[in-house]
Amino acid sequence: MPGNPQPDPALAIELAGVNKWYGTFHVLKDISLTVRAGEKVVICGPSGSGKSTVVRCINRLEEHQKGIIRVDGTELTNDPQSVAAIRSEVGMVFQQFNLFPHLTVLENLTLGPIKARGMSKAEAEAKAMHYLERVHIPDQARKRPGQLSGGQQQRVAIARSLCMEPKVLLFDEPTSALDPEMISEVLDVMAELAVDGMTMVVVTHEMGFARKVADQMVFMDAGEIVEQGPPEEFFGSPRSPRCQKFLSQILQH
Amino acid sequence: MKKTLILLLPLLALAGCSSSSTWGWYVINPMTASGWVNVKFLISGMGDTILISVIAAVISIALGLVVALPGLAKSRGWRMVNRVYVELVRSIPLLPMLFWVFYGLPIIFREMGMNVPIDPFWGAIITLALSDSAFTAEIYRAGIQSIAKGQTEAAQTIGLNYLQTMRYVILPQAIRRILPPLANQFIYIVKMSAFASVIGMQELTRRANELVVSEYRPLEIYTLLILEYLVLVLIISAGVRWLERRMGSDERG
Ligand SMILES: Nc1ncnc2c1ncn2[C@@H]1O[C@H](COP(=O)(O)OP(=O)(O)O)[C@@H](O)[C@H]1O
Ligand SMILES: [Mg+2]
Repeated sequence: MPGNPQPDPALAIELAGVNKWYGTFHVLKDISLTVRAGEKVVICGPSGSGKSTVVRCINRLEEHQKGIIRVDGTELTNDPQSVAAIRSEVGMVFQQFNLFPHLTVLENLTLGPIKARGMSKAEAEAKAMHYLERVHIPDQARKRPGQLSGGQQQRVAIARSLCMEPKVLLFDEPTSALDPEMISEVLDVMAELAVDGMTMVVVTHEMGFARKVADQMVFMDAGEIVEQGPPEEFFGSPRSPRCQKFLSQILQH
Repeated sequence: MKKTLILLLPLLALAGCSSSSTWGWYVINPMTASGWVNVKFLISGMGDTILISVIAAVISIALGLVVALPGLAKSRGWRMVNRVYVELVRSIPLLPMLFWVFYGLPIIFREMGMNVPIDPFWGAIITLALSDSAFTAEIYRAGIQSIAKGQTEAAQTIGLNYLQTMRYVILPQAIRRILPPLANQFIYIVKMSAFASVIGMQELTRRANELVVSEYRPLEIYTLLILEYLVLVLIISAGVRWLERRMGSDERG
């Protein structure tokens, strides 16, 4: 690579030749992926293929050992300032929600704005109520997460991320821990965010959602990106046999 | 608690009433003038025993947290700091440590050009706090480790730094697993405070020793001494159980 390639301002996320090992286990192999501002990328693939690891590398919940990760032009390095800068641009929604059980819904949402951003309590609460309305549960603000259904909890988690006003939202299997009847309420909220122009990277096996929302589909297997392209091509004529097999299995149900 | 005392009282009363010359409960018979003086003398050590124990416990609770945190770090170097401290401090018997602090530490201070006299009061407190901190550190470490990793990750993604994550997310949840064993640890401090008598602290054990020297009635005086500790410990135990009940009901509510 000649010198340090200039970051492209239209790129929200850029992964170039990213590699990661757990000890001797090569978990990510030369991952290259670009996400333009406003783009929605859906990542799928069999369990253990490295989907979570990719997403978790983007906000430094895991460290990559080789290659370049840039978010909004800032390169992710070991410098704590770079990590903090990138985390302030990137929100994350987890499979297990990871809400704070000792705090009310409202406190879950205002903790980051108040403590990390130094916002006043009144301002943070107004913002929290705004985003609770966007995920359609303003009436649950005073409850504890444990008193809500799984679908409601995940929507609170989405609202908690939105309160930090990120440029990018990462979702790691946001509906996998939910009872079937609650999946659509979460996917609907995500689809609304997509329409509003949020840049999203979503790990999911919900192919109906992917067809509707994705600009770009990514299929991973054994730590590699095996296939990548717009959804029409991806679902219509997948090239690799591994991707064909995966899609035929997952689309059966 | 009541039952134990009720069982013990008739035993002592019986022994006291016995005409056998081997018994001499009169030395601590509060019904006689001289007995009452002796009892008052013995009980007057209670204040210092409690004061030393409480101050040492407060220091140990703060110091334990400071020692526990590096034990939870990712870096091997920091974890090593924690291990060395815990293993070293908890393997030193209390009495040698007391001598080292009381007789040795002032020499170190003097060598460093500081005039820091260590009186029996602070010598005892420093020793008890140091010695106990290895155990409170382990209590904190276990309690904090019992909180799911997803909580820390969620805190990081909303921009909280390390200390904010501990203060607002981890410790409030870990506290119900930490508080009861910490309170239990207080019982050890109260019992170990008896060693302060060796460096001349006028606490319960020292008073008993002094009275034995003048009255030659070790059995009766030390029996009362043991009862004094028993009462203190039973009071703390009741407090610990109350705390555990409260924490338990919090968890369900
Ligand atoms: N902390 C870890 N230590 C060692 N191996 C891990 C760790 N986390 C994940 N792995 C392994 O890395 C691989 C990829 O994991 P992951 O990214 O979670 O896959 P996916 O999300 O696609 O199911 C799996 O084989 C998993 O067992
Ligand atoms: Mg995963």
